[in-house]
Amino acid sequence: MKFAIQVNEGPYQHQASDTAFQFAKAAIENGHEIMRVFFYHDGVNNASSFTLPPQDDRHVVNNWASLDIKDADGNPELVVCVAAALRRGMLDESEATKNSIEGNNLHPAFRISGLGQLIEAGIQSDRLVVFGD
Amino acid sequence: MLHTVNKSSFERNSLQSCINIIDDTSVILFIEDGVINAANNSKSSMIADLAAQGRVFALQGDVEARGISSKLADNIKLVDYAGFVDLVVEHGTAVSWV
Repeated sequence: MKFAIQVNEGPYQHQASDTAFQFAKAAIENGHEIMRVFFYHDGVNNASSFTLPPQDDRHVVNNWASLDIKDADGNPELVVCVAAALRRGMLDESEATKNSIEGNNLHPAFRISGLGQLIEAGIQSDRLVVFGD
Repeated sequence: MLHTVNKSSFERNSLQSCINIIDDTSVILFIEDGVINAANNSKSSMIADLAAQGRVFALQGDVEARGISSKLADNIKLVDYAGFVDLVVEHGTAVSWV
């Protein structure tokens, strides 16, 4: 079955992103497809490549990246809402350049896109599951 | 439908809101702090009837993390994450009460 997941909370703040990750992992292990994970609101913080938890703690960002969720062309399907990301200082290279800001922090396993991607995921998947506070 | 509840009813009214609108074929899954609702406590009567019908589930890892494995209310079914996935597959639309 084709699943889409929406994550509304950041890592290390609320359990939602951990639950969402464990759910996604279990779905994949049981033969299902995760067609997209959409990170909205504070959920965009799950995509920060600057995340450095202590070595004995789980690495939520790398956990998401390890799921290797991509489309048929190899583009990441870990999708970060652009408006939510920019207002929280989450930038990829192109957004940083466009806004004349030095440095960028979007992990390469993720991509920035718009809210339409959430609607599309709701239409194209068999199930959309939302995790939040 | 599958209704997930992630808050204790000592904290929010989401479980009551869910019970108010739930239909005869839907099930409830408690996750995160929602598993407090699966413990035998002063609010257990809220879910007693649904649980007796086998329609109340709780995520095992979250139950264990909160130390309530030995204090569960009657007829609560425990599931792991794979069981959570199966519930979503089986019951169609998943509604997240947050």
